[in-house]
Amino acid sequence: MATTNEKDWPLWEIFIQSKRGLDHKHVGSLHAADARMAIENARDVYTRRNEGNSIWAVRAADIHASKPEDQGAFFDPADDKVYRHPTFYPMPEGVKYI
Amino acid sequence: MYKISLRERVPSTTLATRNTFPYIMPDSQQESLFQQKVDAEQKIEPRDWMPDGYRKNLVRQISQHAHSEIVGMLPEGNWITRAPSLRRKTILLAKVQDEAGHGLYLYSAAETLGTGRDEMVDQLLSGAAKYSSIFNYPTLTWADIGAIGWLVDGAAIMNQVMLCRTSYGPYARAMVRICKEESFHQRQGYDILITLSKGTPEQKAMAQDALDRWWWPSLMMFGPSDKDSPHSAQSLKWKIKRQSNDELRQIFIDRTVSQAEFLGLKIPDPKLKWNEATQHYDWGEIDWTEFNEVIRGNGPCNAERMAARRKAHADGAWVREAALAYAGKKSKRNAA
Repeated sequence: MATTNEKDWPLWEIFIQSKRGLDHKHVGSLHAADARMAIENARDVYTRRNEGNSIWAVRAADIHASKPEDQGAFFDPADDKVYRHPTFYPMPEGVKYI
Repeated sequence: MYKISLRERVPSTTLATRNTFPYIMPDSQQESLFQQKVDAEQKIEPRDWMPDGYRKNLVRQISQHAHSEIVGMLPEGNWITRAPSLRRKTILLAKVQDEAGHGLYLYSAAETLGTGRDEMVDQLLSGAAKYSSIFNYPTLTWADIGAIGWLVDGAAIMNQVMLCRTSYGPYARAMVRICKEESFHQRQGYDILITLSKGTPEQKAMAQDALDRWWWPSLMMFGPSDKDSPHSAQSLKWKIKRQSNDELRQIFIDRTVSQAEFLGLKIPDPKLKWNEATQHYDWGEIDWTEFNEVIRGNGPCNAERMAARRKAHADGAWVREAALAYAGKKSKRNAA
């Protein structure tokens, strides 16, 4: 379990948008004392070759995740709803543009 | 103290005894599911169940790799102020900065396994953790910077390209990033040696001397021979490694010989000879006594490297404290 004490800079998760119009993608993490330093360090660590257009930094402690061991049951509700997929509805021969 | 839910490590004992629905599998069953995932080339992610040995092995390997990137800045840093031109100086600065970046990608990947950065740094500074033996050799001339880029980074690339396919997701992703940057390192080194080998007889001799000193230590970078590498089989089974030390070493030699020939330099191995039957080069014998001595801390620069790291860490303490104090003051002011 990751812990920290007052002497350590907290951990930040870094997300980079490589181009306008694309989503921000997780690239890794770094330690920084505050948000501004996190973003400036992220620029130096993760975008030395123009990989980035925009940076998000989120305190790792503020991210909550689903549990891999519950994966089956957790995502179960989506399993039995095949009617959400277009292929559930066979289209008669001759019907076009749908 | 805070909990990082993304990285929170669930000890297998807690997992096995926790009363949750559906039911929690015993470790043996978890382990066989884990191996099935690995065999099916699915990546293992931080919060997935994994055998303790897999986790330990990865923390050791990734943190050693990170330490190597960080310590690796020292031999090259030695020449930043004495690079022969402004162009070479800016290139070398950029390369050394990349090495720091590579170290950070790797520490970040290792931290997803539940080991803190401070713990890893402490292990390096106390001498408990190892780093690549190659960085315990001195950089005596400018040609050494060429030889490091060409041979040391060249050998590292062989290993890193393989690790892009490693089974642990965060490690593989860090490697993809590193590999994209690494070929610049190798080329800038080779470029230095092209210039020297086309220069005056003294410059060419300097290039040859660098090759003479760096060739064998570069071959040692691939680690012990397969027959003497007890952890290799398990690492291959878990797909942490995808190729053996000896395989990678042979590919490196096969690729490098013609590059040396182009430079008009001679590889310091009288037994080096193309073998038509195997379609590989035959070559001599690594001095494993030297390798073991350097690993044990008795290389030419071990003490110097560790002293430099400890000093840098100690000298930076006030910066780390001041930044934290400033952040604390600012957040209090914002809250008020």
